[in-house]
Amino acid sequence: MTSPVQSLSKAVTVNDNPFMKPVEWLSLALLAGVILVVLPFALDGFRLNLVGKYLTYAFVALGLVICWGYAGILSLGQGVFFGLGGYCMAMYLKLEASSIENTKIQSTPGIPDFMDWNQITSLPWFWQPFHSFPATVLLVVAVPVAFAFLISFAMFKRRVGGTYFAIITQAIAAILTILIVGQQGYTGGINGITDLRTLHGWDIRTDSAKFILYFVNGGLLIACILMAQYVKKSKLGRILVAMREKEDRVRFSGYSVAGFKVFAFCLAAVFAAIGGAMFTLQVGFMSPSFVGIVPSIEMVIYAAVGGRMSLFGAVWGTLLVNWAKTSFSESFPDLWLFGLGGLFIAVVLAFPNGLAGLWREHVEPRLFRKAKGLAPMPAPVLPQSAPAE
Amino acid sequence: MNAGILPSSLIGAAPDEKNFLLSVEALTVSFDGFKAVNDVSFYVDPDEIRVIIGPNGAGKTTVLDLICGRTKASGGSIKYKGQELTKLSESAIVQAGVGRKFQTPSIYDDLTVFENLEISFPRGRSVFGALTFKRDAEVRDRIHEIAQTIFLKDQLDERAEFLSHGQKQWLEIGMLLIQDPELLMLDEPVAGMSVGERIKTAELLNQIIKGRSVLVIEHDMKFVEDIAHRVTVLHQGKVLSEGSMDRVKNDPKVIEVYLGH
Amino acid sequence: MFGDYSIADLSSIFVMQGFAGLILFSVYVLMALGLAIIFGQMGVINMAHGEFMILGAYVTYLCSTFFQAHLPTLFPAYFFVAMALAFLASGALGMLVEWALIRHLYKRPLDTLLATWGLSLILQQAYRSIIGPREVGVELPSWMMGSIPVTSTIDVQINGLFVMAVTVVITVAVALLIYRSRFGAQVRAVMQNRSMAGAVGIDTEKVDRYTFGLGCGIAGIAGSAFTMIGSTGPTSGQLYIVDTFLIVVFGGAASLLGTIASAFSISQTQSTLEFFLSGSMAKVLTLLAVVAILMLRPQGLFTLKVRR
Repeated sequence: MTSPVQSLSKAVTVNDNPFMKPVEWLSLALLAGVILVVLPFALDGFRLNLVGKYLTYAFVALGLVICWGYAGILSLGQGVFFGLGGYCMAMYLKLEASSIENTKIQSTPGIPDFMDWNQITSLPWFWQPFHSFPATVLLVVAVPVAFAFLISFAMFKRRVGGTYFAIITQAIAAILTILIVGQQGYTGGINGITDLRTLHGWDIRTDSAKFILYFVNGGLLIACILMAQYVKKSKLGRILVAMREKEDRVRFSGYSVAGFKVFAFCLAAVFAAIGGAMFTLQVGFMSPSFVGIVPSIEMVIYAAVGGRMSLFGAVWGTLLVNWAKTSFSESFPDLWLFGLGGLFIAVVLAFPNGLAGLWREHVEPRLFRKAKGLAPMPAPVLPQSAPAE
Repeated sequence: MNAGILPSSLIGAAPDEKNFLLSVEALTVSFDGFKAVNDVSFYVDPDEIRVIIGPNGAGKTTVLDLICGRTKASGGSIKYKGQELTKLSESAIVQAGVGRKFQTPSIYDDLTVFENLEISFPRGRSVFGALTFKRDAEVRDRIHEIAQTIFLKDQLDERAEFLSHGQKQWLEIGMLLIQDPELLMLDEPVAGMSVGERIKTAELLNQIIKGRSVLVIEHDMKFVEDIAHRVTVLHQGKVLSEGSMDRVKNDPKVIEVYLGH
Repeated sequence: MFGDYSIADLSSIFVMQGFAGLILFSVYVLMALGLAIIFGQMGVINMAHGEFMILGAYVTYLCSTFFQAHLPTLFPAYFFVAMALAFLASGALGMLVEWALIRHLYKRPLDTLLATWGLSLILQQAYRSIIGPREVGVELPSWMMGSIPVTSTIDVQINGLFVMAVTVVITVAVALLIYRSRFGAQVRAVMQNRSMAGAVGIDTEKVDRYTFGLGCGIAGIAGSAFTMIGSTGPTSGQLYIVDTFLIVVFGGAASLLGTIASAFSISQTQSTLEFFLSGSMAKVLTLLAVVAILMLRPQGLFTLKVRR
């Protein structure tokens, strides 16, 4: 019985689960080439910095592909994690910019200027760890993960999902924004944390620093793509898809569904937080306008335009939407919201698999018509999951 | 052993000395006051094939739901190898060795047949385990072996969505099989199948029920007669009759329920 | 904290604060009613609900300007005309949206959420382009201005009382419609078992359209009432959408009574806290409490145990 089976298995499955298929290697090479070679050569410093800023949103979109596309958990609060990562970094930079000699005109030297303006006379406890750079790097990741875990664990254990979870994440984004804006003395309020200067003594405002940070950002993004690809390719990735379709069945295959959902949500939070921290470094400030409901849901459209099931699509989608936003709002500011609104509707009604879907349906069949062995993966199907309630 | 303390009637009702694989006792569940399952008790031996029959709404599926933890009991106990199941989560019950097939085929349409079986392979069930799971020779061989058993070895790389209804049922049986459960629960495994598929399924079931206990819900009496060691008849949430197929068939209460009115 | 106030002052403050809470409660109930119908009965998330409300507010604003310019004699009664028009305008737009957008997405609730968000952006920009980015306010007829002194230290505003009265009337009407009328029975039948409702001859598509239209129409009335106590801008709707969703979810999505109870507890908590803390902290604490309760009790305040 076993010997024919074994020979059969060897014949069929020589390498049926490679880390990346040829077409995916090609996509990666294309993306890396554009981000790390073409754009730095083609664009001036200002434009490149702008692309760098867009690419920090791509981290969020990447997380949404795993969390929303694969696991079917729509979070409308990714701005929270982008913001937490960004604020952690900004707090470190702000403390470095608020040295005693820089702030000697304040009534309390050595604390950030906005605290001084708000009659706060000593550094609050939750600012203390941000004196240390290693602690900051750790907290950039740890704070959002802890927060994501706190939000998701309670809800997924109680089998809350779908639209309900989306509404709660949105409410959390709203709450955090009101809190940051309201607690001006501790957070810098509506203006956020501004006037950031140096990272460990290295002036991040110079052109050369911005150039270097762009590459650090691009490198981190590609590292995150590879990490997401590993998750997607692992059995965990397939369990996420299975869960999105038939949660009950996964449970009756012996998996504790809540744990996997928490993982997907926390991973998305980590990606978003890295993006937020890189945003602060490249753009030089962080403010509540990246935390709230509007930016959070806008980040969803990046992933949706790129293709909610495609890691590379998410990056292209982010670049495209932001490029469109910048050029439209420069020349036709009135049209942009119509365009963005229309995009939300179109991406749902007309092309639910986004750019990646269009690519897969129209471009790949032509590219790979002859080489059958390189047949692209089957087109992912839209999540049809109903809310868990 | 506590005969001196307990009333003798209780000892008679709870034959604890025997090693049942599954003992369901005084199981009750109510939805908004309606008792879908009311004081149901039965015992399944190791390697026994037990069929639950009963008219629609008798509570058959609910009993399976209760055993596998999908529905929480309002009262009573379910002991599997001496372990109380009513307090465990669904995944813990599966890990203890109870497998369940649903009435309508419950498979993952977006994944291939191979991946469907792989997910059911009983290894790497934690988050970390799933991340580091390796598709090694053991996994592959087992999947191919199962695929052959369930007549799907040529469809391994096909998306499950494109299988026929019967093939989907087989795939789900295969997903259970790869878990290697000691207690297998099947909810109407031949419902909605063509005659040819039915015969193949009966053959498949006869092959896989060896060496484990099976709890089956089925309406097809011919099929029941073929496989059942013992039959439990449920009616309006209660056990109406129990015993061999012959005995149950001749039980006037059962005849009344099925033919009476 | 209480040291500076006498007992009489304090009780007056609580009454006034309670009255402010009641106005907030009325607005919440009006907004949440429409959402409770759409989300609770249909399971559809309408992120553009706030914009339907703003449409009602703009209709009222246009009516006020029109009556002032052309029918000054009828001005004292314009508000009743405006409210009916607001209901019709928002309801008609709602039915159009259901036909064009929502009905294609009933099986994809998360996608509905994104699509209606897109719709809300388009509506906001449309308001900005047509009416202008500035906030507008309506002119109140003279009988609605001023306040009634209850005691020497307690005054209640007439416009606040009017909003409360509108809320009571609308709530009773909706309850009668849903629980007593033939249409309500059809709505509930379709939501409980769509295919069975279709089989017994109910035109389920029509019921969907009218239900959605009704929910949006009530949002329009809410917007109309809202102009009595505040001004309206293109993005005013967005400010309330999270609160409104939380109210509906907190109340237990399918229950009208739950919606009212949750609107009451949230508005009273918020307005009471507002007295002791800054407005933003009161809001943060209220919303946090609601979210925390929902995490521990996701089914909300009122639910039935049903077989899943």
